[in-house]
Amino acid sequence: MLKIKDLQAQIEDNQILKGINLEINAGEVHAIMGPNGSGKSTLSSVVAGRDEYEVIGGTIDFEGEDLLDLAPEERAHKGIFLSFQYPVEIPGVTVSNFIKTAINESRKGRGEEPMEAREMLAKMREKSALLEMDKSYLSRSLNEGFSGGEKKRNEIFQMAMLEPKLAILDETDSGLDIDALRIVANGVNKLRSKDNAVIVITHYQRLLDYIKPDFVHVLYKGRIVKSGGPELALELEERGYDWIKAENA
Amino acid sequence: MSDEILDEITASDYKYGFTTDIESDTVPPGLNEEVIRMISAKKNEPEWMLEWRLDAFRIWSEMVEPEWPNVTYQKPDFQAISYYSAPKQKKELDSLDEVDPELLKTFERLGISLDEQKRLSGVAMDVVVDSISVATTFKKTLGEKGIIFCSMSDAIQEHPELVRKHLGTIVPKRDNFYAALNSAVFTDGSFCYIPKGVRCPMELSTYFRINEAGTGQFERTLVVADEGSFVSYLEGCTAPSRDENQLHAAVVELIALDDAEIKYSTVQNWYPGDANGLGGVYNFVTKRGLCERNAKISWTQVETGSAVTWKYPSCILKGDHSVGEFYSVAVTNKYQQADTGTKMIHLGKNTKSTIISKGISAGKSHNSYRGLVRVGARAENARNFSQCDSLLMGDQCGAHTFPYIEAQNPTAQIEHEATTSKIGEDQLFYCNQRGIGTEEAIALIVNGYCKEVLNQLPMEFAVEAQKLLEVSLEGSVG
Repeated sequence: MLKIKDLQAQIEDNQILKGINLEINAGEVHAIMGPNGSGKSTLSSVVAGRDEYEVIGGTIDFEGEDLLDLAPEERAHKGIFLSFQYPVEIPGVTVSNFIKTAINESRKGRGEEPMEAREMLAKMREKSALLEMDKSYLSRSLNEGFSGGEKKRNEIFQMAMLEPKLAILDETDSGLDIDALRIVANGVNKLRSKDNAVIVITHYQRLLDYIKPDFVHVLYKGRIVKSGGPELALELEERGYDWIKAENA
Repeated sequence: MSDEILDEITASDYKYGFTTDIESDTVPPGLNEEVIRMISAKKNEPEWMLEWRLDAFRIWSEMVEPEWPNVTYQKPDFQAISYYSAPKQKKELDSLDEVDPELLKTFERLGISLDEQKRLSGVAMDVVVDSISVATTFKKTLGEKGIIFCSMSDAIQEHPELVRKHLGTIVPKRDNFYAALNSAVFTDGSFCYIPKGVRCPMELSTYFRINEAGTGQFERTLVVADEGSFVSYLEGCTAPSRDENQLHAAVVELIALDDAEIKYSTVQNWYPGDANGLGGVYNFVTKRGLCERNAKISWTQVETGSAVTWKYPSCILKGDHSVGEFYSVAVTNKYQQADTGTKMIHLGKNTKSTIISKGISAGKSHNSYRGLVRVGARAENARNFSQCDSLLMGDQCGAHTFPYIEAQNPTAQIEHEATTSKIGEDQLFYCNQRGIGTEEAIALIVNGYCKEVLNQLPMEFAVEAQKLLEVSLEGSVG
């Protein structure tokens, strides 16, 4: 589904990604871990198409198509979703209006008809219930006055509504208490299928107790320096990142 | 990326910039007593009206054009303007079917087929093209309730006692330079009277259109809501794209007697000039309302057009417990300049006012909020809440706020909040990532920002205003 080859990217002449290689197939969950400043969020921004980052080498192929040629919204139309670490506020735009616009613009981008209002409403009810959100939530301004946990739940709610092929969760666990973590993880797990894939970016093992990864990668100084199964995450939890740093000094 | 998109806006066309080929009856350019007599005679006005105009002309002749607004423009040459232009009509019209088909086509292009309006939305409408009111729909339906809704010309003929009693009482002839000019040369406008205790069953609406080149539009609107009555009134305006600047100097007077309520909404979309700031309408307007005891006046405006705008819809809260409201969205783009706001004059006890102003500046435009809240010595327990927000798009525009507060009564409670923000790359990227393109994202963000104001508009016009905002800001990226 996603093939990243020798990806290099910089921001303002500061090279962050120094040759990433990663292959993800449908049905898989990959965790990307690593210390602060290793390039985890940069990787997710580059895949999503944020234009502050300049790609200076390598390729990203998504289902046979070169992603780097596409605008961020076109990537979204193809089924790429990024759950933001810091979701933005849009005052005066309700959650329901925002998600309706997102769904219908994506459908338009794929040459499909807008979703019928009744179907939309039913889906919103279903997915907000899945994430244990209060009814009033849909008519609140997007992220305005939301607690940290509500913002993250809102990201996963949007993911549930948009049903992406590839979801990237960028530190979705940060700022969540244990109940919220369970709800969010439960939401993600319900959406897993053999047809879609998930990349979980996190510092901690904690989230991976709930969202079981198939593969774990360690990102350090702009490169993937270690890959393994779920046991790698446990090892990192136990030993910290110092040994990784030492190995790659 | 930003530059590219900014270029794109400049290329986006003003949708209403067509002219209509209608035979017009236009007086030669210039302004003197003779021209005023001519206008008055063409309209077959009574002697008192002519005297009133001449008096205004004499006052105006001694006044100078104001310099204090935060706008710069080439001052109009008042001798180069034609003060009267009317679509030629062969005879008195009994129904819309008899209106010049070219004119009806104009309305269709404006998206306001009168027939449609009549049937579907139940909006009673008066249309003023150039100087003259060409059609007033729904007169009969309204007549049954005793409501008078007609052109100002007709009102002078048919209801002289009402016009004479109220005209110029809220905006006196010598109020300001453009109000004096308007008083001397106004050629038409709308008049509305709602009798005691009557709730007007439909929205009343006036559509203004400048068509003829080299003309100014000087309309005069007077709305009188008698005790305990209610009316919701809406005006809309467009003009063709022309290289020259056209002058629009209107006066609107509202009178809300005891327990009455007037809701006055404006969607202003005069031609804003081209990408280089050439042409466009000068929109110099005086709007003011008077509230008697327990009365309420609510102004809502969505201002997207005009090269230069200069207007402050105001409320004089004379009666105890009266309420004034001002909800405004002002958008400037390209080289547009707007200096707009309101005045809330609290005279009575327990009077209340609310001001919500949302300015949006893009391109190389300048957008100023100017507002006055005055609490008189006898206005015990007056309360005001003002909120003035500015949204900037790009780095070549300006937003300015000039709030004035004068409180002469120690019990006054006045609150003022102001914010300035930019549409951030973060917000745009967030929307993009959800599949929403940049143009749609801006529309979404701007509509959210203006929501409190748009919510005040009558339903059918809220949709129109929303579309207008999107068109006005097409391509402007923060």
